[in-house]
Amino acid sequence: MWLRLSRNRMAIVGLVIIALFICTALLAPYLAPYNPLKQNLLLISGGPSAKHWLGCDQVGRDIFSRIIYGTAVTFKIALTSVLMGLFLGTAIGALGGYYGGKVDAGVVFLADILLAFPGLLLAIAIVAAVGTGLGAVIIATGFSTIPQFIRVTRSVVMGEKEHNYVLAAQAIGENHRSIIVRYILPNCIAPIVVLLTLRVAAIILIASGLSFLGLGVQPPTPEWGAMLAEGRGYLQKAPHIAMFPGLAIMIVVLAFNLLGDGLRDALDPRMKI
Amino acid sequence: MVWGMINYIIRRLLMIIPTLIAITMVSFFILQVVPGDPARAMAGIEANEKDVQAIRKQLGLDKPIYLQYGIFLKHIVQGDFGQSIRSRDDVIKQIWPRFLNTLRLAVASISLSIVIGIIAGVIAATRKNSGIDYLTMGLVLVGISAPTFWMGLLLILVFSVFAGWFPAGGTGGFLSLVLPAITLAAPSAAVTARMTRSSMLEVLQMDYIKTARAKGQKEMKVVFKHALKNALMPTITIVGMQFGYLMGGAVLVETVFTWPGVGWVLVDAIFAKDYPVVQAGVIFIAASFVFVNLAVDILYSYVNPRITYD
Repeated sequence: MWLRLSRNRMAIVGLVIIALFICTALLAPYLAPYNPLKQNLLLISGGPSAKHWLGCDQVGRDIFSRIIYGTAVTFKIALTSVLMGLFLGTAIGALGGYYGGKVDAGVVFLADILLAFPGLLLAIAIVAAVGTGLGAVIIATGFSTIPQFIRVTRSVVMGEKEHNYVLAAQAIGENHRSIIVRYILPNCIAPIVVLLTLRVAAIILIASGLSFLGLGVQPPTPEWGAMLAEGRGYLQKAPHIAMFPGLAIMIVVLAFNLLGDGLRDALDPRMKI
Repeated sequence: MVWGMINYIIRRLLMIIPTLIAITMVSFFILQVVPGDPARAMAGIEANEKDVQAIRKQLGLDKPIYLQYGIFLKHIVQGDFGQSIRSRDDVIKQIWPRFLNTLRLAVASISLSIVIGIIAGVIAATRKNSGIDYLTMGLVLVGISAPTFWMGLLLILVFSVFAGWFPAGGTGGFLSLVLPAITLAAPSAAVTARMTRSSMLEVLQMDYIKTARAKGQKEMKVVFKHALKNALMPTITIVGMQFGYLMGGAVLVETVFTWPGVGWVLVDAIFAKDYPVVQAGVIFIAASFVFVNLAVDILYSYVNPRITYD
């Protein structure tokens, strides 16, 4: 699979872009030329220039620095949420797929309830209940990801549990937890990795959407969706305030989609779209 | 066959009842998890304890939680979503006209996305690996990856601010619908184009297509009469799913274009802590998502003769 992936140029481009953004997130304090929170009233809504490559926002903060720091915020949300969805969703899906019967029926019902809500609506409903802020966004976007992991893991585990190696493990007296964790799940990694990559893209869109609506990360924390919302009122006079954060979101999401598509094609060329 | 179809529809309708009940449960528990006293919120900060107790009793908030949910569910079935904390008006009077606005936007968007998506998919498939194919698939990736709210602002900037062709918001006639519909349609059109291209490529390899070409039929007839009809099966499913997502995704587009739909009301109600409106908004959007998916399932089973109704 990895050899097939390495031959997919667009997937490699996506991987390189993601790596660049991760480095940016980790090295933000060293890369950002200015303090992202520092206001300069002499540079309000200033356009791109040699000193401020992407210009300044409505209170004179450097947009380039805020986008760099916003990368860290975005990746923090995306990584934490997707891991939440991964661990909870995979565990629940594996239980349903392995045990079957009433356990499986319960798991399917739970997944169907969560899938009955469009992702953004579920996130909005959770934020309405728990409040706004970084923690709320992580919980909301994490929850919206759980049902997809349940579905995929359940489906793959149901297929794997019929294989001889599982029967052999049962025959030698391994307990069910050990069989699921040590034998079955390692053989389910490929489709879960594909889903993980594609879900990160979806989480970034949902999280930035929540912040755009004012329900996510709160100002003055530099978050791309919130920056877009702030720039909305200045569209006519200073369109760069809204345009550059949106471009950043698009590039990162595109990179994850390219990588996810490449992984899916490498996993099963018959699934190629 | 007709009885089989009716039987199938009835079974599917019965199957969605637990999902609808679960939706009302999620909506009900939003109010339970919110910090603070809903009765105090409705009575007002300056109300005395006696008035708060009276409201608590009137709303059934002094009863056990399972009874409260039962009363809530009974009212929902009767179309009573309670009263808005802010306006003191019936929530259904506030939500229903907004829901119709969202439906109008969603129908316009899905129509656009079907036309654009299918045409783009067919063109890309019939010109595989050409410049047009790469350009189309590139635009598809941009459509899927670009945030809708950013795309909406971009369209406002170009077509409202600079060109002045369309209004930037509101519901002043057909022109007001154009930009929001295009914004909401873009990701859906991208997904539809992708799926159409993929299934067209598969169908164009089939023997009966080769036969049609060998018989000398014109390429347009081969593509649109023979290939497209069969390639549309998976596309119907995708389009149906997209309609459901449009109802949810309309929240962002309605905010960008100040389109007075149910999504905009929902977000506004969250800020105002008007929880009866929040509950109603969540139920309306989620329930319409469920019913649209059901309609797609039924439509798909009708057009695909290989599906039996067992």
